[in-house]
Amino acid sequence: MNSLTIYLAIGVVLFVLGLIAVLTSKNLVKILMGVELILNAAGLNFVTFSRFTTVNLDGQLAALFIIVIAASEAAVALAIILNFYRQLRSIDVDIADTLRG
Amino acid sequence: MMESPPSLFAQILFVIFALLTVVSAALVVFSGRILHSAFALLFTFCGVAALYVFLFADFLAITQLLIYVGGILLLIIFGLLLTQRVMDARFTDESHQRGSSILLVILFTAVLIGIIVGTPWKLALRPDTPTTEVIGVSMLTQYLVPFEMASVLLLVALIGAVWLARPRGRRHE
Repeated sequence: MNSLTIYLAIGVVLFVLGLIAVLTSKNLVKILMGVELILNAAGLNFVTFSRFTTVNLDGQLAALFIIVIAASEAAVALAIILNFYRQLRSIDVDIADTLRG
Repeated sequence: MMESPPSLFAQILFVIFALLTVVSAALVVFSGRILHSAFALLFTFCGVAALYVFLFADFLAITQLLIYVGGILLLIIFGLLLTQRVMDARFTDESHQRGSSILLVILFTAVLIGIIVGTPWKLALRPDTPTTEVIGVSMLTQYLVPFEMASVLLLVALIGAVWLARPRGRRHE
């Protein structure tokens, strides 16, 4: 059990917990939290592998871009959630079935 | 591996922060009240930032604290408080499709653990140098195009978010 495995294990736990939140939750905000957990797991993996190589810092730069994308994703998701709530007075994803007829 | 054994103090700190990350992430998912989830997410983000410090990613740890805790978490809590009545019973979060999700998640976990255990990792250790200078130079040389694209993406996302969230029916000034 080396330290790489420990970091990867933490990444797996974060990813799986995010996946559970995305799959099982009915609440849009909670789904957004799950996505953030998944992105954090990906970033942690990138930084871990960047620590255990001597080549360059590409992993850390990838994690940096993940943070940028997570920020823009959160802003747009919040706008969508606000619109959703304004239209339907709830943020339960099961209510949004208009297109199914 | 050529890693020098870290001091006992550092090891204890690492265990504390790793547990903080994992336990608070579990609280985010399994706590019944959505506001508790939001505050548990705060500790998850801080824990990941601390793990970045242990991985000698100093610049990234600060960025994680600033952007995630200062920006994204704030947005999430705003979204929460604007869309749900705090004292309402519906503020709790019920879940659905338990069975199929659990099956999928177990399969996914098995695959990931199999990959981690089964791969013969070739490990080297980066020297413990500060990363800020290297990141700054790469941003303006090798990573110039992704850097500019990221800034355009942020601009587009912010303008789009403002446009999406504006009140309807007041389209003309």
